Amino acid sequence: MKKHLPATLVLGVLCTFTQAHAAKTLVYCSEGSPSGFNPAFYTDGTTFDATGKTIYNQLVQFEPGTTQVEPALAESWEVSDDGLEYTFHLRKGVKFQGNKDFTPTRDFSADDVLFSFNRQLEKDHPYHKVSNGTYEYFEGMSMPDLLKEVVKVDDHTVRLVLNRPEAPMIANLGMDFASIMSSEYADAMMKADTPEKVDTDPVGTGPFQLVAYQKDSMIRYQANPDYWGGKPAIDNLVFAITPDNAVRWQKLQAGECHHMAYPNPADLKTMEENPDINMLSQEGLNIGYLAYNTEKKPFDDVRVRKALTLAINKPAILEAVYQGAGKVARNPIPPTMWSYNDAIEDDPYDPEAARKLLEEAGVKDLKTNIWAMPVQRPYNPNARRMAEMIQADWKAIGVEAEIVTYEWGEYLERSKKGEHETLLMGWTGDNGDPDNFLAVLLGCDAVQAGSNRARWCNKEFDDLIQKAKTITDQAERAKLYEQAQVVFKRETPWATIANSVVFEPERKNVQGYKQSPFGAHYFGNVDLSE
Amino acid sequence: MLRFILQKILLLIPTFIGITLAAFMFVRLLPGDPVTILTGERGVDPERRAAMMAQLGLDQPLPLQYLDYVGKLLQGDFGQSLATHRPVTEEFFARLPATLELALFAILIAIALGVPAGILAAVKRGRWPDHLVMGVALTGYSMPIFWWGLLLIMLFSTGLGWTPVSGRLDIINYYFEPVTGFMVIDAWLSGERGAVASALRHLLLPSIVLSTIPMAVIARQTRSAMLEVLGEDYVRTAYAKGLPTWRVILVHALRNALITVVTVIGLQIGVLMAGAVLTETIFAWPGIGKWMIEAIARRDYPAVQGGLLFIAVLVMVVNLIVDLLYGWINPRVRDGR
Repeated sequence: MKKHLPATLVLGVLCTFTQAHAAKTLVYCSEGSPSGFNPAFYTDGTTFDATGKTIYNQLVQFEPGTTQVEPALAESWEVSDDGLEYTFHLRKGVKFQGNKDFTPTRDFSADDVLFSFNRQLEKDHPYHKVSNGTYEYFEGMSMPDLLKEVVKVDDHTVRLVLNRPEAPMIANLGMDFASIMSSEYADAMMKADTPEKVDTDPVGTGPFQLVAYQKDSMIRYQANPDYWGGKPAIDNLVFAITPDNAVRWQKLQAGECHHMAYPNPADLKTMEENPDINMLSQEGLNIGYLAYNTEKKPFDDVRVRKALTLAINKPAILEAVYQGAGKVARNPIPPTMWSYNDAIEDDPYDPEAARKLLEEAGVKDLKTNIWAMPVQRPYNPNARRMAEMIQADWKAIGVEAEIVTYEWGEYLERSKKGEHETLLMGWTGDNGDPDNFLAVLLGCDAVQAGSNRARWCNKEFDDLIQKAKTITDQAERAKLYEQAQVVFKRETPWATIANSVVFEPERKNVQGYKQSPFGAHYFGNVDLSE
Repeated sequence: MLRFILQKILLLIPTFIGITLAAFMFVRLLPGDPVTILTGERGVDPERRAAMMAQLGLDQPLPLQYLDYVGKLLQGDFGQSLATHRPVTEEFFARLPATLELALFAILIAIALGVPAGILAAVKRGRWPDHLVMGVALTGYSMPIFWWGLLLIMLFSTGLGWTPVSGRLDIINYYFEPVTGFMVIDAWLSGERGAVASALRHLLLPSIVLSTIPMAVIARQTRSAMLEVLGEDYVRTAYAKGLPTWRVILVHALRNALITVVTVIGLQIGVLMAGAVLTETIFAWPGIGKWMIEAIARRDYPAVQGGLLFIAVLVMVVNLIVDLLYGWINPRVRDGR
């Protein structure tokens, strides 16, 4: 008997192994913890990856890998001629997930859409204040001003009535804050006197359902067998929360995860050379720029802004800061976005012309500052280095610039108040609509909000983008945005620096993953080969 | 002894009040506020901003905010994290076991290696074991933790494949509901074959990294305390009585040297809490250090206040225990002589 013990043991271990490997578990090394499980409360991509891209669906969604809107929980929709009424025809037979407190008795319907929007819209809605809810994105996208009411036409038809036409509305509804939650679950939890469970123990219609969240450690999901889009090919999805990018890379190499977010640009070369790793890359829907504070002298003078822009050697920055992983940016919107004006020529690197322009403007011995962000962002992997290069370029034309940096919170606070003269900043798009760049970052309203950090309010530009908002025809809107880009280039409130390429390394056995232009991570279509 | 304990506990009250004030002021002195951080690159218009500040109660004058905070504290309400909308108590205690587990293993390693190394260095003073121990201790003390952690990961995890890179358990092959939050115990309770080994393997590198500095400090302090004691008359007497060397060192000398060593170990608990911040970040260890750093970055006022308060209480309790231990080791302390 004793003799057989090791053999039995080995067999036992093998069995455990085969058993464990029978289920396909994909581990994603994510960069941080989700703030919570109700995407309507939060604004960070990390939370959206863990909620709106896994547990929940929205009425519409972005076709994987693109910014094109496609049907999701709404199968089709119509917009009235005046652009004020959006009628959605809802998908039938969609099942909500269940959990230990709740088993759904009915399919997804108009009531769920009403609950999801009205909770955010109506201040006296019984759920409005549950979990101390604040609806930042809903507010940030001006939904309370835009939405007049949400009407249930019948069980499978919903109408959104607007106060004024808003062309980006459909794209807005594909965003995570517009995730659809179960009103039946909400009612049940309200009755059980535990309404906050709707936000902590989520129930959605998405491809994965939450199994467990261990704070700062991992999130575990299992495939939703009833998913309307078909059960995902993997059985379990685990987010291994790993904040340091060097450690994420080590874990990927060791096979402790299959896919990772946000690699360190310095590691890209080693990653590409590793035979076990597949390197995915895509032009990001982003822009890294240097904003001139147009409220401060001499930056109110377009000749000064133009001169300083001409003096910046952008190709050198692309090489040194982005390690070649990006393109010189010409316009305030990235080239992958519709309405990008390809006819616009970029300001060349021309220190001689720059010097002349400065002279023409009567500016001598200019002393200024360059604010450099303290954080790494996809649109700018190393702001400090970028600032140093711009500083050297400007020095060559006789402009002295001091580099200023603050901790991120302080940086945001001070730059919002316009304390800077020139500053490095950037943006990654939310919904693929040009309005989400041009109005949010350069509109006159955005000066007050603080997101227009050039503090540039140009009537000609603002009229164009405001008008484009009210038109539903995309071709017509595109014309207006193309004109707006011409005005932007002429006035140069920013030196546009780069549109970066976003990299995502994964192990070779991961199949079907598509990068999102928004920087989101979606695993619904992914499989693992042996 | 009872009076001694009561005195020590009474002293904690003003300390505690001081800490609430310090924690409250500390986060508010940082520039930027939760609303600014939350809205990020997007910005927010002044009206909406005012509404958000009011909702968070941050529109009140500071003294009122403080009174409100203390008032709630007295009712056991530590507030809600602004980031997650969950009670701070829940957020903190969900992460505490991970930090305690790591700190416990780290301090055990530090004591197990640091004390004998210090004794050895003292006994072999001026000879090569002394130089070796002191050299290694100095290196350990000056080691940048982040670099040291990554170096060990590259060597033992990706290079040799002996230990996992990070995390607390092999999450591809094991899953069980946490019961105590201590992974080693939970793994044992789960009854899954190999789970305890997996948890221990995950603990190994982070606890070595975290133990590095305390170990160096303990070794150095043990050495100097031992040197002092070894020069005392009674030690010479013990030798003269013909007692074996090991007995003189371990029984006579060490017991007196221990007073210093216990103080140092007590002080290292605070250092461990601070060191845990870096170690937890490198090894993706879901403890309170990492949580606090994120809370500060987000200006999550209630979370930072609550976290600082809990940690301070923890350190105070540990120090109280150390004080009591003194009294036990050295009766002169407790009798106030």
